[in-house]
Amino acid sequence: MRLHLKVWRQSSADAKGKIVNYDVDDASPDMSFLELLDVLNEKLALQGDDPVAFDHDCREGICGACSMVIDGQPHGPEKATTTCQLHLRHFRDGDTITIEPFRAGAFPVIKDLVVDRNAFDRIIQAGGYISAPTGSAPDAHATPVPKANADRAFAAAACIGCGACVAACPNGSASLFLGAKITHLGELPQGQPERHSRVRAMVEEHDASGFGGCTNTGECAVACPKEIPLDVISQLNRDYLDARKAGRKGA
Amino acid sequence: MARGARAAGTAPARRRQHLPSVQLKFVMAVTGAVMLLYLVLHMIGNLKIFFGAEAIDSYSAWLRTLLEPALPHGGMLWIVRVVLLVSVIAHIVSAVVLARRARKARPVRYAHRQPVQGSYAARTMRWGGVIIALFAVYHILDLTTGTVNPNGVHGAVYDNITASFDRWYVTLFYALAVITVGFHVRHGLWSGLQTFGRSNAATQNALKGFALVFAVVLTAGFLSVPFAVVTGLV
Repeated sequence: MRLHLKVWRQSSADAKGKIVNYDVDDASPDMSFLELLDVLNEKLALQGDDPVAFDHDCREGICGACSMVIDGQPHGPEKATTTCQLHLRHFRDGDTITIEPFRAGAFPVIKDLVVDRNAFDRIIQAGGYISAPTGSAPDAHATPVPKANADRAFAAAACIGCGACVAACPNGSASLFLGAKITHLGELPQGQPERHSRVRAMVEEHDASGFGGCTNTGECAVACPKEIPLDVISQLNRDYLDARKAGRKGA
Repeated sequence: MARGARAAGTAPARRRQHLPSVQLKFVMAVTGAVMLLYLVLHMIGNLKIFFGAEAIDSYSAWLRTLLEPALPHGGMLWIVRVVLLVSVIAHIVSAVVLARRARKARPVRYAHRQPVQGSYAARTMRWGGVIIALFAVYHILDLTTGTVNPNGVHGAVYDNITASFDRWYVTLFYALAVITVGFHVRHGLWSGLQTFGRSNAATQNALKGFALVFAVVLTAGFLSVPFAVVTGLV
């Protein structure tokens, strides 16, 4: 199949970028979207041009490395699919596809489609963990967890930290990511002792990194390749409110 | 050298925000709730017009006697006005701060991005809010102070309303503003409930439905007055 690609090219963080047109004539419907870029890059390398830089790692849809906005949607048009798991059979022969990096002030472009997502690591460092030596995996039933809590924690823990929620949000907010971590740890007994300090520290780091505020448009949950539900943001808000109240009481 | 240049480009300035966005959302939600409560009472009060000129005029006079003699004449009305004014200012200031943060959070825009998947109401919150604020100014000059009202007699509520809505362009502007309020309430009420942490997977759609019904009933209530005047029902 033949595809026309409009790709964001930016040689470095400080360089001015622009959209460049490429044609790929020998794409196969069975290729993944990243393989399409591999084919393009092979061609560019043979021509002596600079290949398109893009992030990728596991190519199994579980690591959160791949990013890019395809035709205006983070990870492309397929629901619950990362870019690496998006196949060209979802496009038509002759389609024009626009490919841009995730756009956020907190995710500056490093090169082409590669953005710096260290801000997410800083948010995790601020409180997205349990500060107890866990050792090896504990016995499955050593600490009972009600089924409903376990399910909700698991759904939230599916977050791979790719940043699609930020890329999709009209406010450039990372609230879905934040909410996923707060819910994931907050639903489990091990997450309770640090529940209040966690939400305060993570919210502070989120804002300091320059992410915007949530206006509940729901755009993030639609874009999320792991289908993190929007109600984790409600949980984030409630936990933050509880933490403020507890803080005032000096607890 | 190259490393330094890259670091300068990749690491955005980190700045501690004294008021976290989550907290500003609580301000939006609380002040929004205050204004929404007022809107409900205002809408119900408006319906007095269907009981005739006497009913709405005396209702307006009664509002000024609330909690008398503990409060002076019109005292309760002034308390409501001050609370509303504080809410409006806090609501607008928070909205401006949040909108500026949102703009800064995406300095480079997408070349190609479909319209937001969220509702039309969610997309028009900011400009809709501006329209509502401008309308509120006109509305107060028209029917509270009477400055721009063709009748403009203090206390003659019925005559002032009918005089105002006898001009088609005022009626049209009023209708558009009230519909804008409806959209604003549709997203604002849902968003407020979400902000207070009252939403979960099971209740999310129910809350959205509740916000929609609430907004439609509120809008219909407000629209019924100009509709009645134009069609000669009252």
